[in-house]
Formats: sequence, C-alpha cells, structure tokens
Amino acid sequence: MTGTGALLQFTSIGKQFGGLSALSDVSLHIQRGEIYGLIGPNGAGKTTLFNVLTGLYQPSVGEFRFNGTRYQAGKPHVLAQAGIARTFQNIRLFANLTALENVMIGRHVRTRAGVFGALLRNRVTRNEEQAIAERARELLHYVGIDKPAQTLAKHLSYGEQRRLEIARALATDPLLLALDEPAAGMNATETESLKTLLQIIRSSGITVLLIEHDVKLIMGLCDRVAVLDYGRKIAEGVPERVRNDPAVIAAYLGGEDE
Amino acid sequence: MEIFLQQIVNGLVQGSVYALVALGYTMVYGILGLINFAHGEVVMIGAMLALSSLTAMLGWGVPPLLAVLLSMVLAMLGCMVLGYSIERIAYRPLRHAPRLAPLITAIGVSIVLQNLAMMIWGREYHSFPQLIANNTHTVGGAIINDIQIIIFILALAIMAGLMVVVHRTRLGRAMRAVAEDQHAAQLMGVDINRVISITFMLGSAMAAIAGVMVSANYGLAHYYMGFLLGLKAFTAAVLGGIGNLRGAMLGGLLLGLIESLGAGYIGDITGGFLGSNYQDVFAFFVLITVLVFRPSGLLGERIAERA
Repeated sequence: MTGTGALLQFTSIGKQFGGLSALSDVSLHIQRGEIYGLIGPNGAGKTTLFNVLTGLYQPSVGEFRFNGTRYQAGKPHVLAQAGIARTFQNIRLFANLTALENVMIGRHVRTRAGVFGALLRNRVTRNEEQAIAERARELLHYVGIDKPAQTLAKHLSYGEQRRLEIARALATDPLLLALDEPAAGMNATETESLKTLLQIIRSSGITVLLIEHDVKLIMGLCDRVAVLDYGRKIAEGVPERVRNDPAVIAAYLGGEDE
Repeated sequence: MEIFLQQIVNGLVQGSVYALVALGYTMVYGILGLINFAHGEVVMIGAMLALSSLTAMLGWGVPPLLAVLLSMVLAMLGCMVLGYSIERIAYRPLRHAPRLAPLITAIGVSIVLQNLAMMIWGREYHSFPQLIANNTHTVGGAIINDIQIIIFILALAIMAGLMVVVHRTRLGRAMRAVAEDQHAAQLMGVDINRVISITFMLGSAMAAIAGVMVSANYGLAHYYMGFLLGLKAFTAAVLGGIGNLRGAMLGGLLLGLIESLGAGYIGDITGGFLGSNYQDVFAFFVLITVLVFRPSGLLGERIAERA
C-alpha cells in the first residue's frame, strides 16, 4: 500500500449492452485523498461506470486497478473487501431493517462470525456483535442521524435515508467512497450540510468519488472533475478548466445559462 | 369437551411439525422468491436416514437413547448436504432465469428424490422403532404422550433458536439483507451465494428434525410421506404469509389446529356424511380460501414487485 499516488485507475474500460455502447475507452485515475467528480448529461454512462467499479457489471473490455490490485471482473463482495463502498442514485437501503441494522450490515465485510458463531453465541461472537453495534451507533451520529437507532429505515426522512446510506457505506471502512447523486432531491440546506459532511469524510482520509447533477456542488467541492458524454470521457481536470472547456459547454453546460 | 381438548393437543403437536417445515419454505421464498417444492422430500429423506441409521446402530448395540440422538444428528447432516446440493444443482444455475424454470426443476428434484427413496428403501411402510418409554398423561380429559410433549417442546425451542439467529446475529442480519436487496447486500461484503447455501442448509436441518418427529409420532416412515406433508406445510407458510418467519410458525400451528378440529367435528357437522378420513380436505380448503381472500397471508405484507 503506497501513501500517495493513484488509488483507482481505469484503463480503456468499455461496456456494451447488446449493440449499445454505454462506455467506450474510458481511462481515468483518482488520487488518494481527493474528491473526484464525475459529471455528464443523463445517459452519459456515469452510473454504468459505478456499476463496473463496484462489480455489479463486468466490463466488456479493459480493466481497472484499485489500491495496487488489478480487477477485470470483480465480485461485489470482493471489491467491498478491497475497500470500495458506494451509495445508490435511487436509495437502496434495507427498508425493513432498523437504521442501526443497516449500518451494522456494512460492518459485515470487516467482521467474521459465521454459522457456528450464530449457533453457539460464544464470547468472541458476542463481543464482536457488541463492537459492531457500537461502531454503527458512532457512524449514525457521525452522519448526523439523531432519530432513535431502532427506527426502521423506511420511516426515516428522505434526507436521513441518504445519510444512512452514507453511514452504511462508511461502515465497510472504505478507501474509496463512491456516491451516486447524493444531493438528488435535497433542498439547499440539506445540500449544504451534505457538502460539509463530505469534506469531513475526505479529511478523515477517505477518497471520494462523486456523481452529481448539481454543478454548483461539484464545482465547489471537487479537486478534479471528469466529464462523460455518450460513454466517452470528453474532459478532465480542475473544475475551473473543465467548466470553460468548449467541448463540455457544448455537451452539457451549454444547455444552461452560464 | 374432551374431544375438543384432545383435538387441540393433537393439533398443536401436528402444527408444530408443520411450522418447522413451513419455515424451510418461507426462508427460501424470502431470500430467493422461489418455492422449493422439493422441501417435502427433504423431510422424507430425513426420516428415512434416521430410520436406517437407527436400525443400524441398534444392531451394533448402541444404547437406545444415544442411538436416537445420533441418528437425528446424522439425518440433519445428511439433509443439510442434500439441501445444499439441491440449491447448487437445481436452482443456482437458474438464478436469473424466468421464475417458472426453477419451479419446474423443483418439481423435478422432488420426483427424483421420491424415486430414489423408493429404490433405496422400497415401497413398503417401515415401522419406526419405539425406543423411548412412551408414557401417556391425561390433562383435563385429553391424552398426551411423552413423544408428543418432546415434539412440541423441541419444535418451539428450535423456532425460538431460529428467531435468535435471524434477528440477533451477523449471519441473520446478512440473511435479512439478502432477502431485501441482493445487490446492496453484496456491496456490504455479503457473499450472497454463501448466505443462500446456509439458508437451504438451515431449512433442511429443520426438515430432517420434522421428518424424525412425524415418523416417531406415527411410528411409520414411507417414501411418499414427504409429498402431502410438504404441501400442507407450504399451505401453512402461505396462510401465515410466505416469506414471513413468524407467519410460518403461526400458520403451522393454526393449520394443525384447523385440521385436527375439522377432523374431530366433521362427522357431527355433516351428520355422518363425511368422516375424519376427510382430514386432508381442510388444509387445501384453507389454502384456497387464503389465496382467494388474502393472498399475502395473515402476517404478510403486500409484496412489492421485485426489480
């Protein structure tokens, strides 16, 4: 494990669905400790890239390197083990589990107790279970959910559910936290506190990859930004430069009065 | 009144066996959205394995009580391997196939197991050795014997244990997470294949115990015994709300009571036209009624369409 340098490196990733090319020849690298933004119009391939990164899709061509290991077709639980955690554009919590249990599930990848532990309930298992619950409570507090921990996830407010997803992802002790439109549907106040939360998360040493439609959020938060359009990377760099890139303006920002 | 009490006792004992088997159906349905129609045969194989190992051990002079316990453990282990293999061979390759496909392989596995059992153990009824002194007790006019008491208490203990595993442990949490959203669970590092295998194995172990219970209670084992028992336990799972563990337990006990009270009174109600040999009618009458009027079962929620 190296201290600095690229945490994640995509090399010529392509993904086809039938005849449709959702991603073609996408290469990018994310440095340790940065907040990296991924923007692009609807259908540009952002979520597809996320799904490749987290093992839900297998890339048709190309490979990626994460924390020094090459992956061509990773299994989701293996990539979670390696330190990639994500949230979903449309929230995918375990609705009928409590807020606490949702976060406790996130600890799954870092804990061990199996069938025998479950059946015997020995001391090691009980201690582990206690540690899991404790860490989960901390994380709920960390992301700012102050409802009782036993509240079912489906009974939390929309903003809280988004935060709970982040807490659940953080529970896996990720090196890279990938967020798929975390500000979607949030009001200005909620977006502002999300921004603060992401800055705190980054300062704790976790690299953040962010898909977002809220250009203002991206520009104010990210160290570097890549722009996807029709499955291709059309620009990459610091927000200011990307914002003024003619190709980007034509593809994406052009529609807005900038 | 005595008849009433007697039928309640019988119903609770039979119902607790239904509940154990129903849990197997409902656990698999909860996680995979699949009805494992081979589950009834796992019950039968469990009974047969216990019967064979018991007979063998008695032949070697193993003390009866030890032989009973060992044969139960063997039946459980055998059924766990069987349950694991069924999932691996018949369901996992079809995980992403249309839902009808695994239903058909389930029926196929069921037929294969029945025929296999017929080849190994023959077509005849086997008498299940009576090894424990089976004293009878009279409670308020109803007669209950030791085996029935053991069955009922053991079944309740197993169900309580299962609830602890599902609601209080890391494994149980993973099972519930997989049941809700497989993709999201994988991203939390849950190996869903492992969880699914363990689910099948837990369900099969309970089925094995249920098989031994039925055979011990009636003193009989037969290669065809799993079919009807499986259908009734499935009915119990549907009655309680398939996919819901508490529902399966409640449905099992209720179905046992309905059947037993129905059998006890059908003669009086129909003026002797139908006798207690129509007992089996009640389970399926319940199944049809539930499916028509409350398809989600007593404790079931409306099931959202899976993505």
